[in-house]
Amino acid sequence: MANLQSDFVGIKSPNPFWLASAPPTDKEYNVRRAFQAGWGGVVWKTLGIDPHVVNVNGPRYGAIYGADRRLLGLNNIELITDRPLQVNLDEIKAVKRDWKDRAMVVSLMVPCEEEPWKFILPLVEDTGADGVELNFGCPHGMSERGMGSAVGQVPEYIEMVTRWVKANTRMPVIVKLTPNITDIRKPAAAALRGGADAVSLINTINSITSVDLDLFAPEPTIDGKGAHGGYCGPAVKPIALNMVAEIARTPDLANLPISGIGGITTWRDAAEFMALGAGNVQVCTAAMTYGFRVVQEMISGLGAYMDEKGMTSVDQIVRKAVPNVTDWNQLNLNYIAKAVIDQDQCISCGRCFAACEDTSHQAISMSPDRTFKVIDAECVACNLCVNVCPIDGCITMVPMAPGATDPRTGRVVEGHYANWTTHPNNPAATTAS
Amino acid sequence: MSKDIYAPGILAGRLDGAAYAEQFADLHPPLDPHAALVAADRCYFCHDAPCVTACPTDIDIPLFIRQIATGTPDAAAKTILGQNIMGGMCARVCPTETLCEQACVRETAEGKPVLIGLLQRFATDHLQEKGGHPFTRAAATGKKVAVVGAGPAGLSCAHRLAMLGHEVAVFDARPKPGGLNEYGIASYKSPNDFAQAEVAWLLRIGGITLHHGMALGRDVTLADLRAAHDAVFLGLGLGGVRALGLDGPVPEGARPAVDFIADLRQATAPQTVPIGRDVVVIGGGMTAIDAAVQAKLLGALNVTLVYRGPRSRMKASPFEQDLAAAKGVRIITQAVPMRLHGNGALREVEFRYVNADMTPTGETLRLPADQLFEAIGQTLQGDDLPPLDGGKIRVDAAGRSAVPGVWAGGDCATGGDDLTVTAVAEGRDAAMDIHAALCGA
Repeated sequence: MANLQSDFVGIKSPNPFWLASAPPTDKEYNVRRAFQAGWGGVVWKTLGIDPHVVNVNGPRYGAIYGADRRLLGLNNIELITDRPLQVNLDEIKAVKRDWKDRAMVVSLMVPCEEEPWKFILPLVEDTGADGVELNFGCPHGMSERGMGSAVGQVPEYIEMVTRWVKANTRMPVIVKLTPNITDIRKPAAAALRGGADAVSLINTINSITSVDLDLFAPEPTIDGKGAHGGYCGPAVKPIALNMVAEIARTPDLANLPISGIGGITTWRDAAEFMALGAGNVQVCTAAMTYGFRVVQEMISGLGAYMDEKGMTSVDQIVRKAVPNVTDWNQLNLNYIAKAVIDQDQCISCGRCFAACEDTSHQAISMSPDRTFKVIDAECVACNLCVNVCPIDGCITMVPMAPGATDPRTGRVVEGHYANWTTHPNNPAATTAS
Repeated sequence: MSKDIYAPGILAGRLDGAAYAEQFADLHPPLDPHAALVAADRCYFCHDAPCVTACPTDIDIPLFIRQIATGTPDAAAKTILGQNIMGGMCARVCPTETLCEQACVRETAEGKPVLIGLLQRFATDHLQEKGGHPFTRAAATGKKVAVVGAGPAGLSCAHRLAMLGHEVAVFDARPKPGGLNEYGIASYKSPNDFAQAEVAWLLRIGGITLHHGMALGRDVTLADLRAAHDAVFLGLGLGGVRALGLDGPVPEGARPAVDFIADLRQATAPQTVPIGRDVVVIGGGMTAIDAAVQAKLLGALNVTLVYRGPRSRMKASPFEQDLAAAKGVRIITQAVPMRLHGNGALREVEFRYVNADMTPTGETLRLPADQLFEAIGQTLQGDDLPPLDGGKIRVDAAGRSAVPGVWAGGDCATGGDDLTVTAVAEGRDAAMDIHAALCGA
């Protein structure tokens, strides 16, 4: 199987799968178990300045489920480590001493002044850790105290703190970004200006998972009250993928390494993040849902994929899809597809019909014997039927060949590329087609 | 589909030609990719999973199911085959309803386990149909090992030894390899000559030489094998059958069920295998069920399976019993055979009913029969063997017999439960112990 060895900003690990800074990396016991299970590295749960913070003693998590109670999204109101600094430092040192081939990065969050950073960085260096990650993302509790996402939401603060950290340590510095902003490129650029070696994203998203309709209180409910927490898990993956891609495809940021985070559950999720620009990935919710052993599937799956593609290094996946991420106005308007239903696979549930008839273009017909067929004269290839079909591969989008006539518009399919910028309907069109 | 189902006697071709294909179709048709994904989605990826504990070969079931769910069935197959090189056959013949699937937490939750057996088949078929063999041999050790018996235990042992770099010579009494996989399993559990395909796939590891028609004690002696090899593994199975032990001559039409099952497996087509109109099968295990069900599938009008003890003591699983009932086999329990009636050819079998403690009730039963299959157990054959215990070769936990340099496993050895999957595990584990003994690992 392909070699999964990873080198992220000089930090080496036997595979690109790290555990993100979070409850699973809070203690020596957990981290040792993680390494035994095969994780390539960990980002130790965020350290702060003593006196250490405290956590609530009621529920800390809320969840969103899919069918069959599959956990899709997790909401978390736990803060940074609630153990004394020295205890964590001693444990980090002990683990790193025994697991030299694994990446050990330490997440940090201290008040927004230079002195606390000058204080804590040498202590972390002394553990033998491979790098630090600056937690500018935590959206609850700490942000109220002027840390976490309170820093991450102000690019000037990001730049300032990053510069302090770079000035006070030899270790690689990864800046962890909050998604609770409008344009992820701004904080990423600030980190770069401050001298960051890399950014990691996304941290969790502000959220309330549900409301107890008897108590009239948000979940998780602590003595009748609830506070927003950080949302993570498979549900946030699309948001994270977009933010990673936005950074990766911005020319000024293209050389800024990215550690991808956000709902990664399988090898495929990881490969997708890497294809969009992540040099490695960090995982939390999947481990919290299934246990540390879940990494075995990620390792075998990524290796099998690389073998199939003839890739010999994980770096060959990184940024592979970035050139294909573009803006809407660059999409080829001459590309015309039609939905095709494979009658052999169709189980006649009619979900495609309901979706198309009620909410789209009335482009699917239904016969008395429940045969569903696409009406090419109506189909705009919106893909909704594919998305709602329960059978993977039953409905596909088939492009029309140039020269054929689209029965919907009566126009011949053009073979050349033409986008909105030149379309006659565009008042700002630069050239007439 | 009936043609000659009412004709008395033992006749071939009782059904219309087309009916046979339907009768002997795959018992559990394979999952298509969609069904496999839906089935895989139900696995909870349990911690220290009960299904793994229940598997004699300790396959990491949650991992391989997750690998199917994430679109890497070949990686799933490697997870399976790394523990159980005959994972393909085990997926077909394992009584999963009493092993992994019985232990599945979704059996507890909903009475519907994850379809582990079918998922295992999906993965192993995917890899083997592509022709992939994901294992390679270690550097040659220069050691030679003889394996007696090309059944599940012997082949599992041979593959593992070959993988570890040893040269393996396999000796088998029959003309084809596979052992019970080839000769002893109902046709509908392993159609399309899967047993031979699996052996051919397994041998691709290299370093294994097969010697057919070589029976221990007849064509080769244990002393010869020991002299010419660094170690010997005995996985020769149980070649003899237990007799009913009734007084008087055995009429024509009575024979061991294993011979009938083997004949059917080796037949060019099922319509060439003669079957009685009224068939009686004596026994309560899987062999009895396999014989009774196949007798029915061949067109026997009445098939009765008679077991001496109560239902609860039958070795055949409830699933197997239900399968027999669904195919139209009548099951009678607590009846012990007394006499075979018939002048030359078998006509009737007479039983006496017994209580659960085997004391006679005083009632008797006479069943019309032109054919009788005995399935009351098999025995170890041969006198050139290491010391026995209870009729089987005595081995310790590592598979070592009382003779230095000789290991044994599978049905011929003590321990285990006479399942294919157990034989595979014993062969594999003995190979690891042989390797440790030869190489001091």
